[in-house]
Amino acid sequence: MSKFKKKSNTSQDIPTSSLPDIIFMLLFFFMVSTVMRETDLLVENTLPQASQIVKLHQKSLVSHVYVGKPKETDKYGKEPRIQVNDALIEPKQVPQFIIEEKNKLGEDGAKITISMKADDEAKMGIVIDVKQQLREANALKLNYAARPKPIN
Amino acid sequence: MIKKKPRQSTEINASSMADIAFLLLIFFLVTTTIASDRGLPIRLPPKTEDKQDIIIPERNIFNVFLNSNNQLLVEENLMQMEDVKEAAKEFIMNNGKDPKSSDSPQKAIISLKTDRGTDYAAYINVMDELKSAYNELRAEYMGLTLTQYLRLENNPNGEHPKYDDAKKAIPYQLSEAEPTSVGG
Repeated sequence: MSKFKKKSNTSQDIPTSSLPDIIFMLLFFFMVSTVMRETDLLVENTLPQASQIVKLHQKSLVSHVYVGKPKETDKYGKEPRIQVNDALIEPKQVPQFIIEEKNKLGEDGAKITISMKADDEAKMGIVIDVKQQLREANALKLNYAARPKPIN
Repeated sequence: MIKKKPRQSTEINASSMADIAFLLLIFFLVTTTIASDRGLPIRLPPKTEDKQDIIIPERNIFNVFLNSNNQLLVEENLMQMEDVKEAAKEFIMNNGKDPKSSDSPQKAIISLKTDRGTDYAAYINVMDELKSAYNELRAEYMGLTLTQYLRLENNPNGEHPKYDDAKKAIPYQLSEAEPTSVGG
């Protein structure tokens, strides 16, 4: 009489019919929770259209500056404002932001590219202010972000 | 009389569904590219303390002024947005023919002046037209179509033997004058 008697022959299969559901659930979870944009926009941002646009290479060297009319007009007013990293700033604070971004890049700080995403309803005044401040901060590579327009 | 057939197992074997779902997941993971930024790149002039005027003969400067009503003044003439490109191309490729226009593409400079009240969209539009004037001339120089040229510019690795030549022969020279702050 052995102590280790084989148990009765119950089915040894694990039911796998629910596995695809689990995998799909994972898929949907990641699809829903993935956010591509890294900052919440506080300003309206419809880019202007241009046909001769060029892709920016080396994403790590690119910093974004948003310009446009604030979404919450009762809080921030109707005049176009500048947004960097989740906060609205004054033109005079732009060099400070550039210095921080350059420090983040370390050695590559001099190669920094600024991508200015300005709303197409903005006026040149604020754009010019940003450009002057960028010159102050010696960040001379600027990109006017635009949507593609078919070439006629 | 219809006899019922003895049924066999009606379950579908679903164990491979997981593999299929994984395959889908991995396929999308691999093929997804997060859209990179696109736009019009420019280079700002460095900030200088001493303002020394560099004298450039008037004939080599193509003056474009966009006022606060988004009206375009090109070389003292009112012009429509669509006509700027042709005018710029003529100016760049003048090669000394017309005594009022540029000496050579290397010496030709486009000066763009805006007002603080100008619409950004209008400004981008003019920049785009001027850029396309240069791009079309370069494409022509290299014997490509504009679309081919743009593809090349987006892909600097795909070297074209004439690309550097074209850049040298027709350099992109756009100078932005200090803006006016009155209505203009």
